[in-house]
Amino acid sequence: MEHYHMNLTLKVWRQKNSREQGKLETYQLKGISSEMSFLEMFDVLNEQLIVDGKEPIAFDHDCREGICGMCSMYINGQAHGPWQQNTTCQLHMRAFKDGDTITVEPWRSKAFPVLKDLVVNRSAFDRIIQAGGFISVNTGNAVDANAIAIDKKDADDAFMAAACIGCGACVATCKNGSAMLFVGAKVSQLALLPQGGPERESRVLNMVAQMDKEGFGNCTNTYACEAECPKGISVSNIARLNSEYLKAGLSTESK
Amino acid sequence: MALDSKIPHGEMDKKWTDYKGHVKLVNPANKRKLEVIVVGTGLAGASAAASLGEMGYKVKAFCFQDSPRRAHSIAAQGGINAAKNYQNDGDSVFRLFYDTVKGGDYRSREANVHRLAEVSTSIIDQCVAQGVPFAREYGGLLSNRSFGGTQVQRTFYAAGQTGQQLLLGAYSALERQVALGNVKMYTRHEMLDVVKIDDKARGIIAKDLISGELESHFGHAVLLCSGGYGNVFYLSTNAMGSNVTAAWKAHKRGAFFGNPCFTQIHPTCIPVSGDHQSKLTLMSESLRNDGRIWVPLKKEDSRNPKDIPENERDYYLERRYPAFGNLVPRDVASRAAKERCDEGYGVGTTKMAVYLDYKDAIVRFGKIEAGKSGNDNVSHEEIVALGKKVVEEKYGNLFKMYEKITGENPYETPMRIYPAVHYTMGGLWVDYELQTTVKGLYALGEANFSDHGANRLGASALMQGLADGYFVIPYTLGNYLADEIHTNSISTDHPAFAEAQKAVSDRLNTLINIKGKQTVESFHKRLGKIIWDKCGMARSEKGLNQAIEEVRALKKEFWSDVRIPGEINSFNLELDKAGRVADLIELGELMCLDALDRNESCGGHFREESQTEDGEAKRDDENYAYVAAWENKGDSNWELHKEELSFDIVKPTQRSYK
Repeated sequence: MEHYHMNLTLKVWRQKNSREQGKLETYQLKGISSEMSFLEMFDVLNEQLIVDGKEPIAFDHDCREGICGMCSMYINGQAHGPWQQNTTCQLHMRAFKDGDTITVEPWRSKAFPVLKDLVVNRSAFDRIIQAGGFISVNTGNAVDANAIAIDKKDADDAFMAAACIGCGACVATCKNGSAMLFVGAKVSQLALLPQGGPERESRVLNMVAQMDKEGFGNCTNTYACEAECPKGISVSNIARLNSEYLKAGLSTESK
Repeated sequence: MALDSKIPHGEMDKKWTDYKGHVKLVNPANKRKLEVIVVGTGLAGASAAASLGEMGYKVKAFCFQDSPRRAHSIAAQGGINAAKNYQNDGDSVFRLFYDTVKGGDYRSREANVHRLAEVSTSIIDQCVAQGVPFAREYGGLLSNRSFGGTQVQRTFYAAGQTGQQLLLGAYSALERQVALGNVKMYTRHEMLDVVKIDDKARGIIAKDLISGELESHFGHAVLLCSGGYGNVFYLSTNAMGSNVTAAWKAHKRGAFFGNPCFTQIHPTCIPVSGDHQSKLTLMSESLRNDGRIWVPLKKEDSRNPKDIPENERDYYLERRYPAFGNLVPRDVASRAAKERCDEGYGVGTTKMAVYLDYKDAIVRFGKIEAGKSGNDNVSHEEIVALGKKVVEEKYGNLFKMYEKITGENPYETPMRIYPAVHYTMGGLWVDYELQTTVKGLYALGEANFSDHGANRLGASALMQGLADGYFVIPYTLGNYLADEIHTNSISTDHPAFAEAQKAVSDRLNTLINIKGKQTVESFHKRLGKIIWDKCGMARSEKGLNQAIEEVRALKKEFWSDVRIPGEINSFNLELDKAGRVADLIELGELMCLDALDRNESCGGHFREESQTEDGEAKRDDENYAYVAAWENKGDSNWELHKEELSFDIVKPTQRSYK
């Protein structure tokens, strides 16, 4: 892979706190290596800002290996930037070329208010999990792990759904600000496993109710969420969510 | 102060059962009145907070991230060990215990390790019940794989995302307790001090990272589950936010720090590419199951690896350690890579890398797949294509990650890897009950020192975090809290809270008012370089003495020239980072002191003065079979206490993986 250096223009959303209005500010960066990660490019910019006596740009990040789900930048109109199935922290500067202008915004959604600059509040996701994203099994209650055999395909599908990192890119990219992919992934994981059976109906009803309460929008099947999901979570999980929700609704009505 | 490890009497395999049978209990009505603070929500913290909430305690849990699900346990890739013996390959609690004590190079406490091996099986049961989607075989039962340092298949896994799935299991249990009102969760909060009243831990000072405001929180007991301190090296596989602050504040308040120099350098990480590097990425150790590690036989060979014929390659692990080959423990594999690179056989632009090659594995898997079809006339290309598919199924996400970072396709070109800091075996000294030297203050998971000795085996960190949280602390904490049922909640107006809060506030004010010229990041980088060069994979008396001087000078410079922009009562990430780096600097000094004291080589701690003729680590059981527990006596001042280790079951021998 050829290495190169580039000069860039960055337009970054700056917002002091959740109460004040924000705006895009422009920064010039010189000599950025194509081997840097996107967040390392932000490190360089922040170091420059501090040396210049300015306040650095606040952004969320932690593991920098694509699994914690904390990083969350809207880059040139795409959640997590141009690469497919990729988080912001895994995006590398070889995705850009000398002279590029890059616009970076926070996740934009009613349910994810901006806290500062590029940092948003995603606690709504935690509250959705609190509403039912679990199996009620106290520590010590479990039977032997091999007591229940699980069809490998179901187990694999459950794993694929469970791979969601809770970053919120699906919400940020959806024109309706819908959290259906996030909720569908968790509902699917637990619906596919026999352990999730007893709470299957209450889970989906409660999680959807909480999702609505948090102000997330509805799904209109544009599939943008799947396209931007860094873990490639399939929209078939939304289909399963809808079917689980319908079945649960009918079943509880008849009870 | 004499250290009392409180190891129960009796036979090794009965200690934990006997302990549980006689431990004090707290009745349900009293549990409701007892408050417990849990700092950190990784595997240890989330599992502890959830379990204690289920039992009826009033729990407050804290994490600095925006959600408990982000804790760095999430990044663990390879797997979790358990002595289930589902593979019928001779595994048992005893073997897991034995392997862990041996793997830790005889510097861990036998009784703790035995308990860990005992509860390992319940962890898998619990996780499966929570809906953790472990890998399964076609029959629907759980799949296992082998891991470095062992000869049985006892590792349970969920592709290369085992830590993520286990943490999400513990996180969901935690959120369930939040919904039930048993746990109150404080996200984007950082613990900045422990509050002691009458020599007992009674709460913490925490900072709301959004508003910048300080808060006092009371607890009848405080559990630190705040992870390790690998970021003292600046470059490590830890998350950017991972830090030692909670443990360090506890240390400053009287908790002894155990074996700080025991740090683990993981052999298979993606090498450093330049000065801009902010962190290193691990490639799971499971890759060593099927990949082969080599360097060219010729020095400074810069040919494309594909053009280097078989007979000009040095599979140095297979050569040096025929019995374990590429599966030697981490410390051995790391040092062997360093040795080859130091001798001039390294590869890649920096020459600080070795190859991890899947060429042979792809052909091997391909032949097996071709054999299944019963067709004998399968071309080499078809075999390779079939083999790649198998490799993708087993390691696809890791290969993808490698390609994203390096831009190279590891199915075609061997991966370049180099050791990097990954885990810290040292941590707060705890007794058998996981209590530190401060009453009512506990340390769980990577934050304590107890189970891995001088080297941790692969897939054992997840096991220990969950063992401590799900199956140890629920018993041992009750033994302490049973005597606290008459202690009413103490108001945070108590002078001890006010004093601690003022001290924290003063420190933050001092930091932000230094208004120097250098950034926090630049100090952190310099600290990392000192520690990596002189207290990294090889350590010597001369280097360590130099490092101590350099760290002290760096500390002085930091406190007179650091620049922190922004305001104190606001969302100020630089101020948060400055506090963490200040603590890491102090810890760095202690690490070097500890490494200097321990003039032997054991596990991940390699003293150049103590090696065999062929360059293997040489332990000194006569003089160093102890846990070094350091007591802080003020600025740059520590007193060493020793907990002598006895090995009643696993008799120390020089480790050999040949």
